[in-house]
Amino acid sequence: MELPFALLLFLVLIPLLSGLLLPLLAGNDAEKIKTFTLGITVINFFMSLLLLVGYDFSNSAEYGLVFNTEWFSSLGLTFSFGVDSISIWLILLTTFLMPIVILGSYSAVTERVREFYIWLLLLEAAMIGVFVSTNVIFFYICFEFTLIPMYFLIGIYGSSDRLKAARVFFLYTFTGSMLTFAGIIYMAWCNVAAGGMWDFGFAALSTAHQNMSDSQQLWVMLAMLAGFAVKVPIFPVHTWLPLAHTEAPTSGSVVLAGVLLKLGTYALIRIAIPMLPKAALAVAPMMGVAAIIGIVYAALICWRQKDIKKLVAYSSVSHLGFCVLGMFAINVQGLSGSVMYMINHGLSTGALFLLIGMVYERYHTREMAQLNGLAKVMPIWASFMVFFAMASVGLPGLNGFVGEFLTLLGSFNSILMGPVYAAVAGTGLIFGAIYILYMVGKVVWGPLKLPEGHDDHASGGASGGHHVTDLNRREIAVLIPLALACLWLGLYPNCMLKTLDAPSQAIVDRVGLEGHEQPLGPMHRHVENPLPTHPAQLTVLDHTPSTDIATAQLPGVHQ
Amino acid sequence: MSELYVKIMEIRPEIIMLIGACFCLMVGLHRSAEIRKLTVAVAVLTLVFAGFYNAWQTLDSDHPWTLASFTKMAVCVVGVLLLSFASGLPDKLKMSRDAESHPEKFDPGNVMRGEFYAFFLFSLTGVMLCGGANDLVWLFLALELTSLPTYVMVATGRDNIKANESGIKYFFLGALAAAIFLYGFALIYGATGVTNFDEIRECIAVTGVTPLFTLGIVLSIVGIGFKIAAFPMHFYTADVYEGAPTPVTAFLAFVPKTAGFVSLILVLTLTSKTNFRMSNPEELQVYISLPNTVQAVLWVMAALTMTIGNVMGLMQTNVKRILAYSSVAHSGYMLVGLLGISSCVAGVTSTNGAAGVMFYLIAYALGNMAAFAVLACLERNGDEATDLDDLAGLSARKPMLAALMLLANLSLIGLPPMVGFAGKIYMFSAAVNAGFVGLVIIAVVNSAISAVYYLRIVNACYFKKADASQTELVPTRNRVMVALAGAVLAVYLGLAGNELARITNQATIANLFNGKIVRQVLQDYPEAMGGEQTAWNIEKNNP
Repeated sequence: MELPFALLLFLVLIPLLSGLLLPLLAGNDAEKIKTFTLGITVINFFMSLLLLVGYDFSNSAEYGLVFNTEWFSSLGLTFSFGVDSISIWLILLTTFLMPIVILGSYSAVTERVREFYIWLLLLEAAMIGVFVSTNVIFFYICFEFTLIPMYFLIGIYGSSDRLKAARVFFLYTFTGSMLTFAGIIYMAWCNVAAGGMWDFGFAALSTAHQNMSDSQQLWVMLAMLAGFAVKVPIFPVHTWLPLAHTEAPTSGSVVLAGVLLKLGTYALIRIAIPMLPKAALAVAPMMGVAAIIGIVYAALICWRQKDIKKLVAYSSVSHLGFCVLGMFAINVQGLSGSVMYMINHGLSTGALFLLIGMVYERYHTREMAQLNGLAKVMPIWASFMVFFAMASVGLPGLNGFVGEFLTLLGSFNSILMGPVYAAVAGTGLIFGAIYILYMVGKVVWGPLKLPEGHDDHASGGASGGHHVTDLNRREIAVLIPLALACLWLGLYPNCMLKTLDAPSQAIVDRVGLEGHEQPLGPMHRHVENPLPTHPAQLTVLDHTPSTDIATAQLPGVHQ
Repeated sequence: MSELYVKIMEIRPEIIMLIGACFCLMVGLHRSAEIRKLTVAVAVLTLVFAGFYNAWQTLDSDHPWTLASFTKMAVCVVGVLLLSFASGLPDKLKMSRDAESHPEKFDPGNVMRGEFYAFFLFSLTGVMLCGGANDLVWLFLALELTSLPTYVMVATGRDNIKANESGIKYFFLGALAAAIFLYGFALIYGATGVTNFDEIRECIAVTGVTPLFTLGIVLSIVGIGFKIAAFPMHFYTADVYEGAPTPVTAFLAFVPKTAGFVSLILVLTLTSKTNFRMSNPEELQVYISLPNTVQAVLWVMAALTMTIGNVMGLMQTNVKRILAYSSVAHSGYMLVGLLGISSCVAGVTSTNGAAGVMFYLIAYALGNMAAFAVLACLERNGDEATDLDDLAGLSARKPMLAALMLLANLSLIGLPPMVGFAGKIYMFSAAVNAGFVGLVIIAVVNSAISAVYYLRIVNACYFKKADASQTELVPTRNRVMVALAGAVLAVYLGLAGNELARITNQATIANLFNGKIVRQVLQDYPEAMGGEQTAWNIEKNNP
């Protein structure tokens, strides 16, 4: 099927325009606004399904549906669109989650309803914009623009400490990305200095590294990490996330965990790694270590949480550690596992936040100490909770497992990391199972305990408390698609994985580590080619445990 | 044709402005109250006429944009917005109302209307003259013509003690600054013996940059730093901006700043050296360089200006003071852009820091004007209400005004896709190209700091609950229109500002390069300098 190239443009413009024109299109009636927004996002979802159906995945190392238009041409800025299979899956994740978020927030938002949906639609436009752009500045614009809707979603609709959370979220991420901005300009300038034109297109910038020395690449990489690592978030710069998540409204948390965090990982895969290959190799072991610390440390923190939402928030830090670990393994397994993980994390963690939101709407608390044995009063909720908890832990057969396995396999096989990395990261799985099961065990099972003023059904409201009902049809309708998606990707991951091979291979080729994935242990390879031939790379890499191996392979790096 | 005749033909828009200003003075004191009310219309008509005349003169003569014509155009366009913002200000003064209370007992001595609009136009004329200056004396007179009326305008709200204070402060410090840069100009004259820019350049080409000359340049830069509110001449900013009536504050943030940056570009071109080299793919590049001392002075000024502006901005609770310090900070960013003219390559737009500065001046003016115009819609007991708390709950009371305030602040932060972001790309690319990577990092970190206080304003509008007691909203039509125009243009130019970027590049390039050397190079290498268009521009503008 031949897709019109304007499809991508429509995917961005439909939510953008309907967000801006919402007051005109849907008036001031809350019901009408909700239905309208839901309709728009569903239309957008079906349009993005066209991508899945009609896109030619056989050649997915190249960008498809490319579309360029003038913007600041004298400064090298254009609006450029294009997708490959990585972006298609993330676009699908976005358009799939948005209607769910909107349907899920029907009862949660009662004040300033119109503004809420305007911000959500603008947010969707910006997120899709990130995934379809092929110009770094346009990418950066959408990347930054996501801050504004999120700032308002947290600041207006959040819980008690929302103002601080909104401010911390904005300033933390904005500060990081300003440094990224400087890095981008510097990278473009390296092309100019070598006699090229000012051009911020992906294609032009991916040749910029040929004009950069190793240390220049490393500095630009650090600038990129300043922005992208905060967004992910990777271990030492994750501190904004728990606050933002706990204070955000449910819909905000779902979008934040589901898609916004993926902007950071997507940026790393799309810009930082392929455009700065040598620096990517140099920092990969460090990033691996940071990711592993994040995995284990955040998992231990989760164990100690008393607030369910905070627990899930910290679990995001832990989970995205796997994602980063996989991509910096820089091999096909790691990279496609990492992309797969992004999608899975979006589905399962999004669902967990929705479930917690549903409980919060009923009991107005998220304290584990006050909520016990909910299976007795809310059996449907409890079954969904167990299902998504298992998906999040990575039970084989559900989606979480495939991504986790691949990222670990990737880091195990990577010459940049090795089995030790995989082994330590693997303990994260155990801790992950512990804290999730611990939470499920307390909240879902066990003797019934509810906050003051609430009764279970059995006592029939005799003591004058509130009746609490199980999930209604709308809430079930919100969760069913998520559950189906989890099952589908768990049982039949290959439909996604096979499309990810080509772009992952392209990144590996670009970084120049092709052919290193022999199933041999590191010792063998060390013997095979013991002499590091590039002293420059030796100095960059000499902190890492597998230095000798890495450098031994590095002559393959194209100069 | 004598030289004088050529000059006078060039400044016809300014002459129109002066005549219009004199008309304002007369109409403002007319016997009949109805006719007195028309003063503002006379002023607007003058500006519109001068603007159209300038546009016609520029576009008709197939003469490309020059720094002079661009400055005139920018001043006329932004001037109309500023004027509609300020309209009605002199009518509201208690003094004027008393003087006009009885139709028979009209007391001309206490009615400000004529002076206010006339001074408004005089000051704008000064900026327009700056752009076309080719002589030190002319430049000095133009700068003073810009500043002197503003000293009076600041003190317009004479009912308010703060206005008087800021008028006095602004006048004395302004006089000090004028003395400093006049001393600088005198030293330049002492070092070269001439005051004409072309002759100074020729003289420097022969003698090289002497210490005396450098001292003169440095003093000029520091003195002109007062106009742009840059370190070490920024101390007046917060007090003066706070004391002046809000429309005048918006005026101060654009008009003297534009005059200052145009003058700085002109002064820097005196020291710039035109070089050429073969670039990587065998192509001749013409580029300019600045002396190291001048670079160092500008570097320090830029770094300190933006840091001080932003750090002080963090500590304020009054929106006018916040925007005053943000004005200081923005001058810092523009100084970064100005440094970018060192190693500006002819024909490569994004290396032209001066063009970036001109672009950013427009970008800053739009966002700033919209923010001040929204702020001016708030009053308490007939006075201006300018505290952060006064903005509380604006989004609930007037969603439109709050949205405009949001857009204005986002543009000032430099968040894409607003024009502030495009301007920052323009200036910072040039600065990176000139090798000032460290300074650009300082600048982007500063942009991040500035987000804190801009967000405080947005916070107040959107998240805080309104205190029912305090402020009343008086959104007059012209203020809302100004805010709307500023915000809409800030979005529009952010998305479609390519033409403006091109024009600013064309406007500044001729001033930056030394026409003689360029002509020489052109004879030897006709294909040089990044295409015919640019070469033609430079030659055409350097007769």
